[in-house]
Amino acid sequence: MHIASDADTVVARQKGREAALLIGLSRTEATFVATAISEIARNITIHAGHGEVVIREVTEDGRRGMVVVARDEGPGIRDVAAVLRQEYSSDAGLGIGLWGARRLMDEIEVSSAPGMGTTVTMKKWRGIDEVGLLLHE
Amino acid sequence: MPVSILKQREYLIASIQSALTDTEVLELRDALLAEVAKHRARGVIVDVAALDVIDSFVSRSLSTVARTNRLRGAKTVVVGIRPDVAVAMSQFGLRLDAVHTALDLEAGLELLDS
Ligand SMILES: Nc1ncnc2c1ncn2[C@@H]1O[C@H](COP(=O)(O)OP(=O)(O)OP(=O)(O)O)[C@@H](O)[C@H]1O
Ligand SMILES: [Mg+2]
Repeated sequence: MHIASDADTVVARQKGREAALLIGLSRTEATFVATAISEIARNITIHAGHGEVVIREVTEDGRRGMVVVARDEGPGIRDVAAVLRQEYSSDAGLGIGLWGARRLMDEIEVSSAPGMGTTVTMKKWRGIDEVGLLLHE
Repeated sequence: MPVSILKQREYLIASIQSALTDTEVLELRDALLAEVAKHRARGVIVDVAALDVIDSFVSRSLSTVARTNRLRGAKTVVVGIRPDVAVAMSQFGLRLDAVHTALDLEAGLELLDS
Protein backbone atom coordinates (compact mmCIF):
# COMPACT_ATOMS: atom_id res chain seq x y z
CA MET A 1 0.00 0.00 0.00
CA HIS A 2 1.31 3.40 -0.93
CA ILE A 3 1.28 5.86 2.00
CA ALA A 4 1.32 9.55 1.16
CA SER A 5 -1.51 11.11 3.18
CA ASP A 6 -3.44 10.74 6.41
CA ALA A 7 -6.29 9.16 4.41
CA ASP A 8 -3.86 6.40 3.29
CA THR A 9 -3.03 5.83 6.96
CA VAL A 10 -6.70 5.19 7.77
CA VAL A 11 -6.93 2.67 4.91
CA ALA A 12 -3.68 0.96 5.98
CA ARG A 13 -4.83 0.44 9.55
CA GLN A 14 -8.22 -0.84 8.38
CA LYS A 15 -6.49 -3.31 6.05
CA GLY A 16 -4.21 -4.30 8.92
CA ARG A 17 -7.19 -5.02 11.15
CA GLU A 18 -8.88 -7.12 8.45
CA ALA A 19 -5.70 -9.10 7.83
CA ALA A 20 -5.22 -9.69 11.56
CA LEU A 21 -8.74 -11.07 11.91
CA LEU A 22 -8.29 -13.29 8.83
CA ILE A 23 -5.08 -14.73 10.26
CA GLY A 24 -6.94 -15.55 13.44
CA LEU A 25 -5.85 -12.86 15.86
CA SER A 26 -8.47 -11.72 18.37
CA ARG A 27 -10.47 -8.54 17.97
CA THR A 28 -8.34 -6.86 20.63
CA GLU A 29 -5.08 -8.00 19.03
CA ALA A 30 -6.38 -6.71 15.68
CA THR A 31 -6.90 -3.31 17.32
CA PHE A 32 -3.33 -3.44 18.71
CA VAL A 33 -2.06 -4.01 15.16
CA ALA A 34 -4.27 -1.24 13.71
CA THR A 35 -3.05 1.22 16.35
CA ALA A 36 0.62 0.36 15.71
CA ILE A 37 0.10 0.77 11.95
CA SER A 38 -1.52 4.15 12.55
CA GLU A 39 1.64 5.33 14.35
CA ILE A 40 4.20 4.08 11.83
CA ALA A 41 2.18 5.14 8.78
CA ARG A 42 1.86 8.63 10.29
CA ASN A 43 5.64 8.67 10.77
CA ILE A 44 6.01 8.01 7.05
CA THR A 45 3.76 10.91 6.00
CA ILE A 46 5.14 13.35 8.60
CA HIS A 47 8.84 12.52 8.63
CA ALA A 48 9.43 11.05 5.15
CA GLY A 49 6.59 12.39 2.98
CA HIS A 50 5.68 9.08 1.42
CA GLY A 51 6.46 5.39 1.53
CA GLU A 52 4.71 2.07 1.70
CA VAL A 53 3.17 -0.40 4.12
CA VAL A 54 3.12 -4.11 3.28
CA ILE A 55 1.13 -6.62 5.32
CA ARG A 56 1.82 -10.35 5.09
CA GLU A 57 1.01 -13.54 6.88
CA VAL A 58 4.02 -15.41 8.36
CA THR A 59 4.64 -18.89 9.69
CA GLU A 60 7.82 -19.37 11.70
CA ASP A 61 8.73 -22.36 13.88
CA GLY A 62 5.14 -23.57 13.59
CA ARG A 63 3.76 -20.23 14.80
CA ARG A 64 1.34 -18.25 12.68
CA GLY A 65 1.13 -14.52 12.70
CA MET A 66 1.41 -11.38 10.67
CA VAL A 67 4.20 -9.08 9.68
CA VAL A 68 3.83 -5.40 8.84
CA VAL A 69 6.67 -3.72 6.97
CA ALA A 70 6.69 0.08 6.68
CA ARG A 71 9.34 1.43 4.35
CA ASP A 72 10.33 4.90 3.18
CA GLU A 73 13.28 6.68 1.63
CA GLY A 74 13.08 9.74 3.85
CA PRO A 75 15.81 11.30 6.01
CA GLY A 76 16.17 8.27 8.32
CA ILE A 77 16.57 8.18 12.10
CA ARG A 78 19.93 9.05 13.68
CA ASP A 79 19.59 7.16 16.97
CA VAL A 80 17.15 4.30 16.57
CA ALA A 81 17.82 2.84 20.03
CA ALA A 82 17.01 6.16 21.70
CA VAL A 83 13.74 6.47 19.79
CA LEU A 84 12.60 3.03 20.95
CA ARG A 85 13.52 3.89 24.55
CA GLN A 86 11.35 7.01 24.42
CA GLU A 87 14.28 9.29 25.18
CA TYR A 88 13.86 11.00 21.89
CA SER A 89 11.48 13.84 21.24
CA SER A 90 10.75 15.89 18.16
CA ASP A 91 9.18 19.34 18.12
CA ALA A 92 6.15 17.82 16.47
CA GLY A 93 5.37 15.22 19.10
CA LEU A 94 6.18 13.46 22.33
CA GLY A 95 8.20 10.73 20.62
CA ILE A 96 5.83 8.04 21.78
CA GLY A 97 4.74 6.60 18.43
CA LEU A 98 7.41 3.93 17.91
CA TRP A 99 7.60 3.23 21.61
CA GLY A 100 3.83 2.56 21.65
CA ALA A 101 4.07 0.36 18.55
CA ARG A 102 6.72 -1.66 20.35
CA ARG A 103 4.38 -2.27 23.29
CA LEU A 104 1.45 -3.20 21.06
CA MET A 105 3.30 -5.66 18.82
CA ASP A 106 5.24 -8.81 19.77
CA GLU A 107 8.34 -7.83 17.81
CA ILE A 108 9.59 -4.63 16.24
CA GLU A 109 12.74 -3.93 14.32
CA VAL A 110 13.70 -0.49 13.09
CA SER A 111 16.43 -0.28 10.53
CA SER A 112 17.45 3.20 9.61
CA ALA A 113 20.36 5.54 9.15
CA PRO A 114 20.60 9.18 8.07
CA GLY A 115 20.04 9.43 4.32
CA MET A 116 19.19 5.76 4.09
CA GLY A 117 15.47 5.83 4.72
CA THR A 118 13.62 3.87 7.38
CA THR A 119 12.21 0.35 7.50
CA VAL A 120 10.06 -0.72 10.43
CA THR A 121 9.22 -4.42 10.62
CA MET A 122 6.61 -5.44 13.19
CA LYS A 123 5.23 -8.89 14.01
CA LYS A 124 2.25 -10.13 15.93
CA TRP A 125 1.86 -13.83 16.67
CA ARG A 126 -1.40 -15.67 17.02
CA GLY A 127 -2.01 -17.06 20.50
CA ILE A 128 -1.81 -20.80 20.94
CA ASP A 129 -4.75 -22.30 19.07
CA GLU A 130 -6.02 -24.82 21.60
CA VAL A 131 -8.98 -25.91 19.51
CA GLY A 132 -6.66 -26.46 16.55
CA LEU A 133 -4.27 -28.50 18.71
CA LEU A 134 -7.13 -30.67 20.00
CA LEU A 135 -8.34 -31.33 16.47
CA HIS A 136 -4.81 -32.32 15.53
CA GLU A 137 -4.46 -34.93 18.27
CA MET B 1 -15.74 16.23 8.89
CA PRO B 2 -17.94 13.21 9.73
CA VAL B 3 -18.92 14.60 13.14
CA SER B 4 -22.18 16.19 14.28
CA ILE B 5 -22.08 18.73 17.10
CA LEU B 6 -25.40 19.42 18.82
CA LYS B 7 -26.31 21.74 21.66
CA GLN B 8 -28.34 20.29 24.51
CA ARG B 9 -29.05 22.58 27.47
CA GLU B 10 -25.70 24.06 28.52
CA TYR B 11 -23.82 21.15 26.98
CA LEU B 12 -22.41 20.27 23.57
CA ILE B 13 -22.59 16.74 22.25
CA ALA B 14 -20.20 15.72 19.48
CA SER B 15 -20.91 12.41 17.79
CA ILE B 16 -18.19 11.00 15.59
CA GLN B 17 -19.76 9.06 12.69
CA SER B 18 -16.80 7.15 11.28
CA ALA B 19 -13.03 6.67 11.43
CA LEU B 20 -11.25 10.03 11.23
CA THR B 21 -8.11 11.11 9.42
CA ASP B 22 -5.61 13.26 11.36
CA THR B 23 -6.84 16.29 9.44
CA GLU B 24 -10.39 15.58 10.56
CA VAL B 25 -9.23 15.07 14.16
CA LEU B 26 -7.69 18.56 14.09
CA GLU B 27 -10.87 19.97 12.54
CA LEU B 28 -12.88 18.37 15.33
CA ARG B 29 -10.51 19.76 17.97
CA ASP B 30 -10.81 23.29 16.57
CA ALA B 31 -14.58 23.06 16.07
CA LEU B 32 -15.09 21.90 19.65
CA LEU B 33 -12.98 24.72 21.08
CA ALA B 34 -14.81 27.30 18.94
CA GLU B 35 -18.29 25.96 19.76
CA VAL B 36 -17.63 25.81 23.50
CA ALA B 37 -16.58 29.46 23.45
CA LYS B 38 -19.49 30.51 21.23
CA HIS B 39 -22.18 28.78 23.31
CA ARG B 40 -20.49 29.31 26.66
CA ALA B 41 -21.01 25.58 27.19
CA ARG B 42 -20.39 24.12 30.65
CA GLY B 43 -19.66 20.67 29.35
CA VAL B 44 -18.77 18.76 26.20
CA ILE B 45 -19.45 15.13 25.47
CA VAL B 46 -17.46 13.47 22.69
CA ASP B 47 -18.86 10.13 21.55
CA VAL B 48 -15.96 8.12 20.12
CA ALA B 49 -17.75 4.78 19.65
CA ALA B 50 -17.15 5.02 15.87
CA LEU B 51 -13.37 5.38 16.24
CA ASP B 52 -11.51 2.25 15.11
CA VAL B 53 -8.31 3.41 16.75
CA ILE B 54 -7.34 5.89 19.47
CA ASP B 55 -3.63 6.48 19.00
CA SER B 56 -1.20 9.11 20.27
CA PHE B 57 -2.55 11.74 17.87
CA VAL B 58 -6.20 11.33 18.86
CA SER B 59 -5.31 11.15 22.58
CA ARG B 60 -3.25 14.30 22.39
CA SER B 61 -6.01 16.17 20.54
CA LEU B 62 -8.69 15.13 23.04
CA SER B 63 -6.42 16.15 25.93
CA THR B 64 -5.81 19.54 24.33
CA VAL B 65 -9.57 20.11 24.10
CA ALA B 66 -10.07 18.99 27.70
CA ARG B 67 -7.26 21.12 29.12
CA THR B 68 -8.44 24.21 27.25
CA ASN B 69 -12.06 23.65 28.29
CA ARG B 70 -10.99 23.18 31.89
CA LEU B 71 -9.36 26.60 31.88
CA ARG B 72 -12.75 27.98 30.82
CA GLY B 73 -14.61 26.03 33.49
CA ALA B 74 -16.07 23.44 31.14
CA LYS B 75 -15.81 19.68 31.55
CA THR B 76 -14.94 17.31 28.70
CA VAL B 77 -16.34 13.80 28.81
CA VAL B 78 -15.30 11.15 26.31
CA VAL B 79 -17.90 8.39 26.02
CA GLY B 80 -18.16 5.14 24.11
CA ILE B 81 -14.50 4.04 23.94
CA ARG B 82 -14.76 0.53 22.48
CA PRO B 83 -13.53 -2.27 24.78
CA ASP B 84 -10.78 -3.35 22.36
CA VAL B 85 -9.69 0.27 21.90
CA ALA B 86 -9.54 0.73 25.69
CA VAL B 87 -7.27 -2.32 26.04
CA ALA B 88 -5.03 -1.05 23.24
CA MET B 89 -4.77 2.42 24.82
CA SER B 90 -3.84 0.88 28.13
CA GLN B 91 -1.21 -1.40 26.57
CA PHE B 92 0.17 1.58 24.63
CA GLY B 93 0.34 3.62 27.81
CA LEU B 94 -1.81 6.47 26.49
CA ARG B 95 -3.44 8.74 29.02
CA LEU B 96 -6.32 11.09 28.35
CA ASP B 97 -5.04 13.99 30.40
CA ALA B 98 -7.85 16.20 31.88
CA VAL B 99 -10.50 14.10 30.14
CA HIS B 100 -13.43 12.57 32.03
CA THR B 101 -14.78 9.30 30.69
CA ALA B 102 -18.15 7.55 30.87
CA LEU B 103 -19.58 4.41 29.35
CA ASP B 104 -22.17 6.03 27.10
CA LEU B 105 -24.02 9.26 26.35
CA GLU B 106 -26.49 8.81 29.20
CA ALA B 107 -23.72 8.20 31.73
CA GLY B 108 -21.84 11.18 30.29
CA LEU B 109 -24.82 13.49 30.83
CA GLU B 110 -25.19 12.19 34.38
CA LEU B 111 -21.53 12.94 35.03
CA LEU B 112 -21.94 16.51 33.76
CA ASP B 113 -25.11 17.03 35.84
CA SER B 114 -23.48 15.79 39.03
N1 LIG C 1 9.87 7.10 9.02
C1 LIG C 1 10.67 7.98 9.67
N2 LIG C 1 11.57 8.73 8.98
C2 LIG C 1 12.39 9.59 9.62
N3 LIG C 1 12.36 9.82 10.95
C3 LIG C 1 11.47 9.12 11.67
C4 LIG C 1 10.59 8.17 11.10
N4 LIG C 1 9.84 7.62 12.07
C5 LIG C 1 10.24 8.21 13.21
N5 LIG C 1 11.22 9.12 12.98
C6 LIG C 1 11.95 9.92 13.99
O1 LIG C 1 11.83 9.27 15.23
C7 LIG C 1 11.23 10.16 16.16
C8 LIG C 1 10.30 9.41 17.07
O2 LIG C 1 9.18 8.92 16.34
P1 LIG C 1 7.89 8.55 17.10
O3 LIG C 1 6.82 8.14 16.17
O4 LIG C 1 8.26 7.59 18.16
O5 LIG C 1 7.51 9.94 17.75
P2 LIG C 1 7.06 11.33 17.04
O6 LIG C 1 6.65 11.09 15.63
O7 LIG C 1 8.07 12.37 17.33
O8 LIG C 1 5.88 11.77 17.85
P3 LIG C 1 4.51 10.99 18.09
O9 LIG C 1 4.58 9.68 17.40
O10 LIG C 1 4.48 10.89 19.54
O11 LIG C 1 3.50 11.89 17.51
C9 LIG C 1 10.54 11.22 15.33
O12 LIG C 1 10.48 12.45 15.98
C10 LIG C 1 11.42 11.30 14.10
O13 LIG C 1 12.48 12.17 14.32
MG1 LIG D 1 5.24 9.45 15.31
